[in-house]
Amino acid sequence: MKRLLLFLPLAIFILMGAFFLRGLELDPSARESALIGQPLPDFRLPTLENPQRYISKADLQGQVVLLNVWGSWCPSCYQEHPSLLKAAHEYQIPVIGLNYKDEEAAAKVYLQKQGNPYAFNLVEREGERKLAFDLGVYGAPETFIVDAQGVVRYHLAGVLTDAILQQEILPKVRQWQN
Amino acid sequence: MWISILPELGHYALILALCFALVQSSLPLWGTYRRQAFWMAFAQPMALGQFFFLSVSLLLLSLSFLLDDFSVAYIANNSNSALPWYYKISAVWGSHEGSLLLWLWILAAWTAAVGIFSRALPRDLLAQVLAVMGWIAVGFGLFVLLTSNPFARLLPDAPLEGGDLNPLLQDIGLILHPPMLYMGYVGFSVAFAFAIAALLNGRLDAAWARWSRPWTSAAWAFLTIGIALGSWWAYYELGWGGWWFWDPVENASLMPWLVGTALMHSLAVTEKRGVFKSWTVLLAIFAFSLSLLGTFLVRSGVLTSVHAFASDPERGYFILVFLALVVGGSLFLYALKAPAVKSHVSYSLLSKEMLLLVNNILLVVICVTVLLGTIYPLILDALGLGKISVGPPYFNALFVPLTSLLCIALGIGPLVNWRTMARKQLVQRIWLAGAVALGLGMALPWVYGGEWNLYVALGGLLAVWLVGTQVRDLLHKTRHAKQGRLQALKGLGLSYWGMQLGHLGVALCVVGVTLVSNYSAEKDVRMEVGQSIQVGDYFFRFEGIRQVQGPNYTSDQGVLLRVSEDNQVISTLLPEKRLYLARRQVMTEAAIEWGLMEDIYVAMGEPLPDGAWAIRIHYKPFVRWLWIGGLVMALGGLLAVADKRYRQANPVQA
Repeated sequence: MKRLLLFLPLAIFILMGAFFLRGLELDPSARESALIGQPLPDFRLPTLENPQRYISKADLQGQVVLLNVWGSWCPSCYQEHPSLLKAAHEYQIPVIGLNYKDEEAAAKVYLQKQGNPYAFNLVEREGERKLAFDLGVYGAPETFIVDAQGVVRYHLAGVLTDAILQQEILPKVRQWQN
Repeated sequence: MWISILPELGHYALILALCFALVQSSLPLWGTYRRQAFWMAFAQPMALGQFFFLSVSLLLLSLSFLLDDFSVAYIANNSNSALPWYYKISAVWGSHEGSLLLWLWILAAWTAAVGIFSRALPRDLLAQVLAVMGWIAVGFGLFVLLTSNPFARLLPDAPLEGGDLNPLLQDIGLILHPPMLYMGYVGFSVAFAFAIAALLNGRLDAAWARWSRPWTSAAWAFLTIGIALGSWWAYYELGWGGWWFWDPVENASLMPWLVGTALMHSLAVTEKRGVFKSWTVLLAIFAFSLSLLGTFLVRSGVLTSVHAFASDPERGYFILVFLALVVGGSLFLYALKAPAVKSHVSYSLLSKEMLLLVNNILLVVICVTVLLGTIYPLILDALGLGKISVGPPYFNALFVPLTSLLCIALGIGPLVNWRTMARKQLVQRIWLAGAVALGLGMALPWVYGGEWNLYVALGGLLAVWLVGTQVRDLLHKTRHAKQGRLQALKGLGLSYWGMQLGHLGVALCVVGVTLVSNYSAEKDVRMEVGQSIQVGDYFFRFEGIRQVQGPNYTSDQGVLLRVSEDNQVISTLLPEKRLYLARRQVMTEAAIEWGLMEDIYVAMGEPLPDGAWAIRIHYKPFVRWLWIGGLVMALGGLLAVADKRYRQANPVQA
């Protein structure tokens, strides 16, 4: 009996190994959000552009928007930034930023230098209810499509590329716009 | 062109090193099986040969970097002719392929060190230890050669200029951080090899634990320095003043550290009292397995991380298979050979053994918590259950209470006797430290912040408790001193001082974490040239911006004077906005006026109309104590390694 117990670490490891094997087949950036088909969590947050102006969920409704979680500290965000600019300027999709775990001054510099695709940026201050947490954000960047009724329709964890923009996001946005 | 064959020679040396590793991993084992000294004797020379050829290989890669040989793909992607020479050297480990070569080289260095410093070991044990390390070298050697060759060429169309090293990595912190971290990760392979060898020949005894201890402590000390350096680098280089982000890659380094800490303590019990043998072996396997797991998580692309390492599923499969062989194999061996019989040493509920067990359990629970948080999204995804957020709220919610418990146990542990102790006697030893800690802890938030703050009180209480019990222990240890307490302190032995320093480091970290988490302040200000401004108790004057030309970047450098109330200049702060030319990447270089009690951290924002600039000023109290605490801990580990008793040729207990 005692001997069998000694096999426990091996059993746990094999189980973990199976998950890792499966994990290799799954693309982490395509990890589905539990929120898809669910309404966007309620929030009321100030914006980076104007700390006095609070935005809540109701302000987003009536249009299909891209909600992009980003931070100036995040190297991958630099990488996806050109695609976001393209989405906003070329395809005219409203992009809303959620500035995540960032310093506000650094975020402003980032937008100044890299260009600003965002209609506005939500910021989460200490002590305020965190939208990113409710959204299940694991890191940055992450991107969501929210439809006109405020329902999350799509989620991308990881870098948004031109290919993803054209093949996945654009058709989805157009689909929900109609 | 004589230069052009250097990479081929390096590649060739790498292949030769692999051949040496193959011999090292097989013949000595055959020798122990057949009990023939001739075959066992292969272990040491092969280890040295492997080390020699890997050194040649690493040297030639470095040389190719210095000579700007952009026909090598790895160099073309990670270097540039304008890069200063010291960053060309550090670029060798600036990305996946080269960092693996460094990994392999450090493994060979540890192996060679075991071969050189372990002459007192029984021959068969040494042969087995080196053979186990040989297996690991073979696995990683194949990994480098088959999936991640740093010498691969871009021929015939070699680029004329390289793509440059990622500007984030052009920094002193990155020159030092990976080698230290790898010294730690790979160093645990020694404890692992000792554990496997002990399982193979069934000799799990005090001698085995004593041989393992210095190697484990050394690896742990390096890992501690590596993690501290990484945190320090993130603090000043990422430009927003944070020092720990619960990123998967950081967690990957924290987990072996936690288990390694448990292992150090468990080895002490096994050596001194002969208990927890199976547990200690298991921890030794875990510590190294988690190092390997970290490698897998970071380089296979199964998790998204801000540390974007070049990831590739093919590499992931290779490491997973390797992981399965090494970890699965050793856990299988463990299940078959670990002593299932309880040892006949007894100890009571109130004893050092029990306290160290509590330490071990808490450390392992913390490690499991971190592991779960790190791979939870992966598990849910694999089960098709969607995704749930795991972020700093989860980690902080569990980490703070668990480490608080750990600190309480840590204070008691050294004061408890082995085997058993009367409760009254223990209370007598700890009540004063406890009372002082409670009093000062409660007072701290009022004195420092002027208002009540539970976390500050808790942190203050724990720090004072740790130091108070340490002082109590010193008094206790020197209570019979005839020639004066100072004289007695000198006689306490390096291992003891190592322990004291290690624990003091924890107290320093607790102070740092508590104060910087609760009393940091930041302010964004708009500053015009010549303007003075007050932030908190500090006055600053903005002198303007000047253009600075770096070797591979141009920079807008702000000149900010910190002045006294009557406008005398106290210090000059020079934050920068750099544009790295090869990648057209903008980087913020913060200017930090550091002090023991506080850092003033200044970063440039954006230019505003009328020549004004947005400037961000942080106040970070006691942030240095985090890294100083780490260094003090590491110093403690190294002191323990230096203790003479590990180097006696004929130890009493063997």
